[in-house]
Amino acid sequence: MGKTIAEKILSNKSGQDVKANDIVIADLDFVMGQDGTSPLAIKAFENMQAKRVFDPERIAMVIDHSSPSPLQGVSELHRQMRVFAQQQKINFYDIGDGVCHQLVPEQGHVVPGDLVIGADSHTCTYGAINALSTGVGSTDLAAGIISGKLWFKVPETFKFIINGKLGEGVFSKDLILYLIGDVTADGATYMAAEYTGEAINDLSVEARFTISNMAIEMGAKCGLMEADDKTIAWVREHSKKDFTPVSADTDAVYAKIKEYDVSSLEPQIAQPHTVDNVTGISKIGDVPIHQGVIGTCTNGRMEDLRIAARILKGRRINKDTRLIVAASSRQIMLQAMREGLMEIFMEAGAAIVTPGCGPCVGTHNGVPSDGENVISTANRNFKGRMGNNKAFIYLGSPATVAASVLTGQITDPRQFLV
Amino acid sequence: MKLTGKCHKFGNDVNTDYIISGRHKFKTLDMKELAKYVMEDLDPDFYSKVNAGDFIVAGTNFGCGSSREQAPLAIINANIGAVVAKSFARIFYRNCINTGLPLIECDTDQINAGDELEINLDEGTLFNKTTGKVISIAPLPPVMLKILTEGGLVEHFKKHGTFNFD
Repeated sequence: MGKTIAEKILSNKSGQDVKANDIVIADLDFVMGQDGTSPLAIKAFENMQAKRVFDPERIAMVIDHSSPSPLQGVSELHRQMRVFAQQQKINFYDIGDGVCHQLVPEQGHVVPGDLVIGADSHTCTYGAINALSTGVGSTDLAAGIISGKLWFKVPETFKFIINGKLGEGVFSKDLILYLIGDVTADGATYMAAEYTGEAINDLSVEARFTISNMAIEMGAKCGLMEADDKTIAWVREHSKKDFTPVSADTDAVYAKIKEYDVSSLEPQIAQPHTVDNVTGISKIGDVPIHQGVIGTCTNGRMEDLRIAARILKGRRINKDTRLIVAASSRQIMLQAMREGLMEIFMEAGAAIVTPGCGPCVGTHNGVPSDGENVISTANRNFKGRMGNNKAFIYLGSPATVAASVLTGQITDPRQFLV
Repeated sequence: MKLTGKCHKFGNDVNTDYIISGRHKFKTLDMKELAKYVMEDLDPDFYSKVNAGDFIVAGTNFGCGSSREQAPLAIINANIGAVVAKSFARIFYRNCINTGLPLIECDTDQINAGDELEINLDEGTLFNKTTGKVISIAPLPPVMLKILTEGGLVEHFKKHGTFNFD
């Protein structure tokens, strides 16, 4: 009987021949924590009476969720992380370095076939480069950095076959929002998602990260893709580690298979207050926008900034609308500066903030006021997500956010891309 | 293990931002303090309504969203005895096992707000004292049961130094 990607990676890493629903203890290739989860993990590490981490090279901690610190309490938690990182000699990324899910692949820590845990739910992002990566909590993180292992239930797999070609002005963000709207927020709970097909093959690696990033929003444990020539070239450019890509067997057994044709897909919008409340942009009606956000681990990469800049170039945002831009990492921000994109954003009226998670997760850098509508390139629009439970968050692609801040209402970006 | 308490009822897809908002959780590791804000965005008075041992009862996909372990820890520190739902999001599920918060998966349509419940984890039953109905509950796999009964993953590591399910 054939195996899915998830079954193969968990077989390789546990040294056993496993299939869906088995419970295994498996070896971890990399372990990551951020500043919302690492302080509790450090406390658990101490409570577990551990002294050393299993391998400093295979561990990273990242300060991105409240970066730089907006509050005294947060500053103390950051200090604890810095001390721990120094003592244990692990990889450490401080304020301004970027968002964890950009840094981990960008800095070459993860390669195809790897098994990775991160104490952040969007750790599923690295599935785009063929790694089984999944989010865990702080105690799992502590167990992982002590032992280099974790227990896993081998997930069943939900295979998404995406045929057709995305039209001009329609992006991987629109595609994943459409899929989440279709299968709903718990459509793939406990399962691995495998994304395959012509439309996935056509995407750049950057655009694929957006899809795997949001696998958790359909409840999935991970969002896996096979490694093709683009993946291998991208990984070689970022990492010196050896790797062996893992593909699914043709006779692998899937819990579910759904097939789509996305050739006629229009830009998609997730409406308040759930990510699966998705509609095509033609049906959105008049929605005034008070604030736009371009950035986050979902959509703050070079391609995202380039398409937004293409729309904003030589224009001014609406006088009643604000725009916040945060590149996903220092490297991306530097590249965007070299290409003149930051100049375009600033001349259009944007506020540029430190690479990090603040505007998405509501810790700082753009908390909306009561009754305001925000359109964001982020992955979540839960009530209160951006720090105010009386605000309304819409999600869309970077192009849609750029078009919407120009007009001051949710706007189809395709009119700016002709 | 027998638990008794009153039902506080919620709907489907209760996410971790509702359980404990990001605007509170990044500030402190003091879970007693965070507990005051549990479920605040769904019911601002929730914390003051809870009597020790009461249950949160919900629909499908409870705990979806972020990986924050502050979610189960804040629930534990608000003196909730267990969470009962039709289904749970997987990271939340792991976090509950690891922190020692009992989870019960069962049909919650037969439980109403304010019902008095008695849960027997060993027998795998939930008795609704208000309606007189007995509801069967899904058993936990052995690995999870071992971690939960040892008091969570911290205690498991303290005892064994690593994972040990032999």
